[in-house]
Amino acid sequence: MTAWIDIIMVTLMLANLLVLGSSRLSACTRIVAVQGVAAGVLPLLLGPQHRTMGAAVLVAITILLRGLVFPVLVFRALRVARVRREVEMYVSQPLSILLGIGLLACSCWVSSRLPLPSPAPSPLMLPVALCTALTGLLVIVSRVKAVSQVLGYLMLEIGIAVFGTAALPEQPLLVELGVLLDAFVAVFVMGIMIFHISREFDHIDTDDLDELADWTPDAEQPK
Amino acid sequence: MIAALLLVPTIAGISVLLVRRDLLRRVLLIAAAATQFALTVATWLKPVAAEGAGWLALDDLARLFLTITSSLFLAAAVYAVGYLKREGSRLPHNPYDATNINEPDAVFMACLLLFLATMTLMIVSRRFGLIWVAMEATTLTSAPLIYFHRSQRSLEATWKYLLICSVGIALALLGTLFLAVAATSASRHSLPLLVDTLVRPESALQPVWLKAAFIFLLVGYGTKMGLVPLHTWLPDAHSEAPSVVSGLLSGALLNCALLGIVRVHQVCAAHGLGRFSGDLLVLFGLLSMAVAGVFIAGQADFKRMLAYSSVEHMGILALGIGAGGAAVSGALFHALNHSMAKTLLFFAAGNIIAAYATKKTREVTGLIHAAPRTGVLWLVGCAAIVGMPPFSTFLSEFSILKALIEQGRVAASVVYLAALALVFVGMAIIMVRMALGAPPARLKHAPLADSWLVTLPPAILGIVLLVLGVYVPPAVQVFLSRAAHLLGGG
Repeated sequence: MTAWIDIIMVTLMLANLLVLGSSRLSACTRIVAVQGVAAGVLPLLLGPQHRTMGAAVLVAITILLRGLVFPVLVFRALRVARVRREVEMYVSQPLSILLGIGLLACSCWVSSRLPLPSPAPSPLMLPVALCTALTGLLVIVSRVKAVSQVLGYLMLEIGIAVFGTAALPEQPLLVELGVLLDAFVAVFVMGIMIFHISREFDHIDTDDLDELADWTPDAEQPK
Repeated sequence: MIAALLLVPTIAGISVLLVRRDLLRRVLLIAAAATQFALTVATWLKPVAAEGAGWLALDDLARLFLTITSSLFLAAAVYAVGYLKREGSRLPHNPYDATNINEPDAVFMACLLLFLATMTLMIVSRRFGLIWVAMEATTLTSAPLIYFHRSQRSLEATWKYLLICSVGIALALLGTLFLAVAATSASRHSLPLLVDTLVRPESALQPVWLKAAFIFLLVGYGTKMGLVPLHTWLPDAHSEAPSVVSGLLSGALLNCALLGIVRVHQVCAAHGLGRFSGDLLVLFGLLSMAVAGVFIAGQADFKRMLAYSSVEHMGILALGIGAGGAAVSGALFHALNHSMAKTLLFFAAGNIIAAYATKKTREVTGLIHAAPRTGVLWLVGCAAIVGMPPFSTFLSEFSILKALIEQGRVAASVVYLAALALVFVGMAIIMVRMALGAPPARLKHAPLADSWLVTLPPAILGIVLLVLGVYVPPAVQVFLSRAAHLLGGG
């Protein structure tokens, strides 16, 4: 079983770097979907005692949401908002991949400092979980479009879910349910917001959402 | 009892959506707020049993924050009725909403009531998982409230609020998982994540994971509470939201987020990590005060100024609770005082916007002539928020200072005093200039700003602030020190 878990961990890690390196929003959406599905089957691989009916149902729901519902919602937002399909970032692509590798090193170091009370099913799980969450944060702060921020948020949630499965294998149901609920609600609400933003502004570039700031160079003069 | 506290606003919130008559909706809103307030008063009169297998209970801390939330909500409900009436007969020259259609009243009131329900859930939860769920729910129920005026500006504020707070909440989830790891022993036996279980010293928690959990929960809930540098959503959301919502966000929601942090701090203190978590709180508190002071000075938008003042006061609360000892009861008293003063000011700010149709401080002069009642409220609120005697904010700020000096924290008390002085000067200059002078020619008298519905609730808050400043009943003092005792303070 550990071999399968390791394969999934490597998939998650590669997906992190692919998202950072990809230049198409649609590709990013698909990669995050694959990542979500891969992380979703983890509860079934923890050992025979975890293969219960409840776990199977939960895994099915997870795969359905992360693999189908979320991508469909994101693609719908892309279509409705008629956005350009390229990823726009505040940092260059090579730099963002380099940062991603730095985050991986950082997560390896952190997880070596935080020993789990009972060892995780695979030693790769903890660093990969942290790295996925951190990569999600990086995507949120380094991308321009609101849709990318939703994708980053989904990655953050995937990382948290993997951490929950690794560290608390006794209560996977609770952890997964919490994470899924969170992600579902967030995607749903943010989807509505993206729709409103595109209607009001004719685009979804969040760097133009800068009317509310304390120091804007050209808005200093009181009218 | 606790179930009733949760059910009243939930049921009222759903039924507001179904009711078609305007008048009935307003009656329902005020009736629900009054019932909630009455139930809160009842929790003082007789002890409340824990419910739901210990998941829901009222300890002294929860009772304090519940009282703050319910009383502010009652004031807000009355104010909201006046506010919505005014919005209905909107001034055509108001640039903030001339071209935009507001959210339907029914949706607004329903969200307001559900917001109260989620905050109450947050306050009475004893289980860390439930606290997290409630915190997430407050974000979702308050986002539509901020997007009441359907304008680009409020949309921007709502997006920032949703995204930043969602990320914060996600980090808090990670922190909650860390806490669960800390409560798992090597034999894979895990303790339930109940506050009551975890604060027992014999519940051996893993110190490394407990520290990590505190950091993540501090960052996560600290985002919601508006601690610098996680405060960036706060000035936008508070300035763009309708004033009645700004008052509730500042007075009630930020306190709830503080309570979330306080619960983990309680667990840390019980396991000998009180120094670690306390010092982090002191650091964030001082940083928040200093940064907020800088942004208040010369602020061009008076609602943003009030929002930064909330950041400053959250800093004071974090500082007081982190410092421990006598500062804790001072901080808890200050939470009460700040909530009342800030809500008063936001309500008054709503009246000013109705009269002057602007949020720019420079365009508001002669408030005391144009809208006398609001003008007086504005000056009273100004004196209260900067901590001038005889208002109770002075007492609480002073008792925190006294505790800091007694503990020998010289650097902290110097920064504390300097930040308070900076805020004092910054806010007093702006607010006094707005109140005095001659009003603009186009505006001789502004009846919309001064109707009873929108001036009575803040006036009552002002009177309570004044009374508590002159005389603190011994019962209140005893109660505060009992609540502080839960946090290891005196």
